[in-house]
Amino acid sequence: MAKVKGAIVIDKDRCKGCELCVGACPFDVIRMTDTVNIKGYFFAEPYQDACTGCMNCALVCPDGVITVYSKKVE
Amino acid sequence: MADVTLDVWKDIITPENQVYRRTPVMTMKELSYCPGCGHGTAHRMLAEVIEEMGIQSETIGIAPVGCSVLAYEFLNFDMQQAAHGRAPALATAIKRLWPNRYVFTYQGDGDLAAIGTAETIHACNRGENIVIIFVNNGIYGMTGGQMAPTTLPGMKTSTSPYGREAILMGNPLRITELVAALPGTYYVSRHSVHKPGNVRKLKKAIRIAFENQKENKGVSFIEVVSNCNSGWKMTPVKSNEWMEENMFPFYPLGDIKVDGKLVREL
Ligand SMILES: Cc1ncc(C[n+]2csc(CCOP(=O)(O)OP(=O)(O)O)c2C)c(N)n1
Ligand code: SF4
Ligand code: SF4
Ligand code: SF4
Ligand SMILES: [Mg+2]
Repeated sequence: MAKVKGAIVIDKDRCKGCELCVGACPFDVIRMTDTVNIKGYFFAEPYQDACTGCMNCALVCPDGVITVYSKKVE
Repeated sequence: MADVTLDVWKDIITPENQVYRRTPVMTMKELSYCPGCGHGTAHRMLAEVIEEMGIQSETIGIAPVGCSVLAYEFLNFDMQQAAHGRAPALATAIKRLWPNRYVFTYQGDGDLAAIGTAETIHACNRGENIVIIFVNNGIYGMTGGQMAPTTLPGMKTSTSPYGREAILMGNPLRITELVAALPGTYYVSRHSVHKPGNVRKLKKAIRIAFENQKENKGVSFIEVVSNCNSGWKMTPVKSNEWMEENMFPFYPLGDIKVDGKLVREL
């Protein structure tokens, strides 16, 4: 059966560390780092390969820094 | 660009597989908003609708005074900034001069429901053929979190440090219900941007609003109940929870008027 796999890319230096994407992800793909970006914010990063490409994180990101990909796999 | 992703995704991350990216109808300027502020998502949904309708070169937006005064820096089409609260008057003039352009205002609650109350009510009563996007965070965010007409009873702000007391400071104003009662409004709907489902609904509503304008239907008025985590003195996550618990009971989400008819009791 065809399954969908997703992936995200976060533009880390534009992230403001608000954590909204972390709570919006149904599959716990994203976490906050303990290092800071160029602006001094703890930024968000994906850490688990469980993304379905549902776009929830990207929709709630106020700064629009998440790009989402999705692909059908067998 | 400093991108973070996972190595195992490298076969998925290709241009053909891209399903969501920041719309080019927004500029690449960094938003001046605080972390987690709803203004950014509200801008993006507006820009996505304008992208999908292919009307970037035919749209003129009016920016307010408030945190979103710089909306013209972030939205990648023609914008005019108005004096505080006067956006609906300016939109009236621009729409009447260029009836074939899409004209909208983007305003905060201090702008639209305090200093601009007269302009709001009269533009809505006249039924100007414009879209009004009203971002209600219950406070004057830009100037340091002062009480607004929309501030909830008991809510602490820098000018109501012990909480808003109705007997002294008046009751909060549901201006969206008020404009829904006027004959010139055709579509009135209240939304939020704190959860993905709500973001999707807001986008649909903005699309309806712009389609209404195409058909010369009069005012489409969309409220976005939003957070001001700096003014409320909460983290973004906490402010969204607080908003659900406290703002939504007083400002219930959903359609209020559709196709010129009330769909809910005011
Ligand atoms: C004529 C005038 N009066 C007062 C001000 C000060 N002022 C700037 S923004 C603002 C309130 C903005 O609040 P709101 O519209 O709710 O926007 P927010 O920042 O919360 O998004 C005020 C009172 C001004 N700039 N001009
Ligand atoms: S696209 Fe969906 S599953 Fe993937 S990280 Fe974002 S919220 Fe999680
Ligand atoms: S929602 Fe956006 S700005 Fe906020 S932490 Fe996630 S990536 Fe960063
Ligand atoms: S002060 Fe409030 S409304 Fe203004 S950018 Fe910050 S969070 Fe948003
Ligand atoms: Mg405000």
